[in-house]
Amino acid sequence: MSCVVGIDLGSTTTKAVVLNGHSAILGRGITNSRSNYDLATAVARSEAFINARFGLIQQQAAGVVDASVVMRLRRAFVLEQFLHQLGRLHELMLDEVERSTPSATRAAYRLAVNEICAAITAEEETRFKQPPVLRSDFFRDSAGSSFMRLAGQVGRGGSSGDGITFDRLVGLFDKCIIRVENEPLALDFRDHIDDALKRIGCPAALAAAVEVAVSADLTPSFTVGTGYGRARLPFPKEQIRSEILCHGLGAHALFPNTRTVLDIGGQDTKAIQVDPDGIVTSFQMNDRCAAGCGRYLGYIADEMNLGLHELGPLAEQSTHTVKINSTCTVFAGAELRELLSLGQKREDILAGLHRAIILRAMSLLARSGGVADEFTFTGGVAKNAAAVHAIRSLVEENYGARTINISPDSIYTGALGAALFATRMVS
Amino acid sequence: MSQQNALKDRSMVLQKEMIARHFARLEDAPANHEPVVYTFVPGNLTELIRSFGALPVLPEINALQSGMRKLSGDFIAEAERAGHSEDVCAYVKCDLGMVKAGNIGPAGTKLPKPDLLLLSYTGCYTFMKWFELLREEYDCPAVFFHVPYQGDGALEPQHRAYMIKQLKEQVIPALERATGRKYDEERLRHHLALSASAEDDLVAVLQSAKHKPSPIDGYFGTVYYVGPIFSAFRGTEEGVEYYRALREEVEARVAAGLGPIVPDGSLDDQRYRLVVEGPPSWTHFRDFWKMFTDEKAVVVASTYTKVGGTYDFGFRHDPGDPLGTLADYCSGCYTNLNLPSRIDMISNYIRDYEADGFVINSIKSCNSFSAGQLMILREVEKRTGVPGAFIESDLVDPRYFSQANIKNRLESYFQMIASRRQGAGAIRPDAAAVA
Repeated sequence: MSCVVGIDLGSTTTKAVVLNGHSAILGRGITNSRSNYDLATAVARSEAFINARFGLIQQQAAGVVDASVVMRLRRAFVLEQFLHQLGRLHELMLDEVERSTPSATRAAYRLAVNEICAAITAEEETRFKQPPVLRSDFFRDSAGSSFMRLAGQVGRGGSSGDGITFDRLVGLFDKCIIRVENEPLALDFRDHIDDALKRIGCPAALAAAVEVAVSADLTPSFTVGTGYGRARLPFPKEQIRSEILCHGLGAHALFPNTRTVLDIGGQDTKAIQVDPDGIVTSFQMNDRCAAGCGRYLGYIADEMNLGLHELGPLAEQSTHTVKINSTCTVFAGAELRELLSLGQKREDILAGLHRAIILRAMSLLARSGGVADEFTFTGGVAKNAAAVHAIRSLVEENYGARTINISPDSIYTGALGAALFATRMVS
Repeated sequence: MSQQNALKDRSMVLQKEMIARHFARLEDAPANHEPVVYTFVPGNLTELIRSFGALPVLPEINALQSGMRKLSGDFIAEAERAGHSEDVCAYVKCDLGMVKAGNIGPAGTKLPKPDLLLLSYTGCYTFMKWFELLREEYDCPAVFFHVPYQGDGALEPQHRAYMIKQLKEQVIPALERATGRKYDEERLRHHLALSASAEDDLVAVLQSAKHKPSPIDGYFGTVYYVGPIFSAFRGTEEGVEYYRALREEVEARVAAGLGPIVPDGSLDDQRYRLVVEGPPSWTHFRDFWKMFTDEKAVVVASTYTKVGGTYDFGFRHDPGDPLGTLADYCSGCYTNLNLPSRIDMISNYIRDYEADGFVINSIKSCNSFSAGQLMILREVEKRTGVPGAFIESDLVDPRYFSQANIKNRLESYFQMIASRRQGAGAIRPDAAAVA
């Protein structure tokens, strides 16, 4: 099957979109950009093809088995990938214990690492049997939060008498997770589909569909890259597109009446105006300072000890938005502690922070030529309900009624635009 | 190509030699009892200064040279240690830092103290504060020449009379006191005639960019070309010789159908023709230029290269009306023009030089230049239908140059022009097929 790939190498996440010859989306993949752009690209691309193959299974199995069975197979596959990475993390942590732990406590640490990894495995197995809950797509985050919690129980500052400390356990994790993330692990479709099938009891009705997906030839005829790390992509110059053009075209593809696009990414915010064909006619970006971008929310989440995905829902509980002027990422922690010390509630502060970010974006929108109808909000921050709430009210206040489009897959808009450019190059 | 290089070399060598000679002469000025007058590029009265046998020093030129030589960061830090805020004009801090660090100028020679600070006020308020600080530093006399702002787009006859009166009653007496010489109008006429000759050649060079390919870069290359006429060499034989040589080089390039010499060779294949508003970032001049040439973009006209005079709109120094012509010159400098005049100028450049777009480089520490630039952008886009790009950097403060961000914006901008040129059929993914 002929296909093309678009890759968006962002500062925080790397996204890939696969399109077929008719520009229909076959699959999407995402990973954290880590410090290794090449690997992030490979992982995102591989995830997009896995997603594409599951799409094929779904297509083939339609009418044969219930969609929930395919969904269960997908979850089983994700679990197999998780366990594979956990296995490697476990190995590396044991190696590290041998290498860097004083001999007196080595055995105790070995035991602790084994105990934690076994507990994580058991938790994941249990989770698989329960209805899905929202959590980060990235191994670093999901394994990390379980590890921290369990390490807190195992290592209580050495007070248990075996010399195990929380800090050293966290140190082990931090050191080894970087290595796991930077190794090319076997996480592809063909690597784990058999085990995933076994896990759900090899339903006979799925066999043919899986066979089609396994044997489908998905070799991309063209790839176009975009995003901050695009210069790192091993493509010739004509296969690299600015993310501004990609977000413009991607937003146009999702919502053809789009005339204004706002993209809030990890370290930049872009206000883009497009013509009826999705061609960019003008744009404005934040300058060298990343105040008010996605990364700012990341810092805030860290400061509040929350997951990034928890910020929006918490802010939505606010009854009284705190007025915040500074969206300086560097001062975010200080600003937050100051407000907390004044007795402000966390949800009210968060509501204020979201509004402040969007106010900054409003200024860029004004500079780019305003908000025309229709208006499409893209980028990772568009997944945040509180940010969306703030943009809706501020657009209405400043420009009147506007159709505001937000796709649940808005984070892939840049990669989609890149893939569409790839399609054009093929044709 | 070798002949091309040889021609190119001649004007560059000439410029290098004349600058070296000038700075050497400045270093020896105290010993030789040659008076020294500090003044600014916009509204500089070089012919008048020269007519008193004095040597001009241009502090902004020194600052931008320090920027290009990667010295400005330390000088700015020095000025900040002395109490100047981060937001103050980076030229001012760079200059004050240089003074505090021993006043070794861009040519590596010591700069003499001024015998007079001649402040021509042509729209930049900071210039006043700058010379106020230098007056304090050097404990020397200063004279203020007030050029009325062209708020309505043109000046009235009484404004001109007001400037001539100031020249007669304030500026000339101050120069007489500082140099110990009497005003000599014939000498002034002599220098003005030399100016007009060099100005003719400069305009021919600037307007050569109407050719395709353009034989010059009207911004990055032209900041070198305007160097002599904006600094100490207007109204001198050396200046006349330089511009004659430069014009010959450029005409030879036109005849050969060649583009300008840029950091990576000759830019003959020109994909984008641009107009630029605002000064360049001097600390990253080459990197900045390469962001254009890597995309095969040539600048065909710029406003910054008019801060020391808008000769391409017809003005020439007139030896027949020595003081009147100086007044006309000062009032017409780009910094003294109101926003509608700047919009007209950019729009005309886009039309006359057949530009594909225009770029505004907005300077963080220069309110005088930057205020109103977004309005300029919108209005020029509206009038010309040509897209504008907006980037932000600084004159000589290296901390304000974000390579990745600026490159990203420029690349996006060039790709935007390219895709607008191609037009495009809408390609949409089939939402129903989404997995």
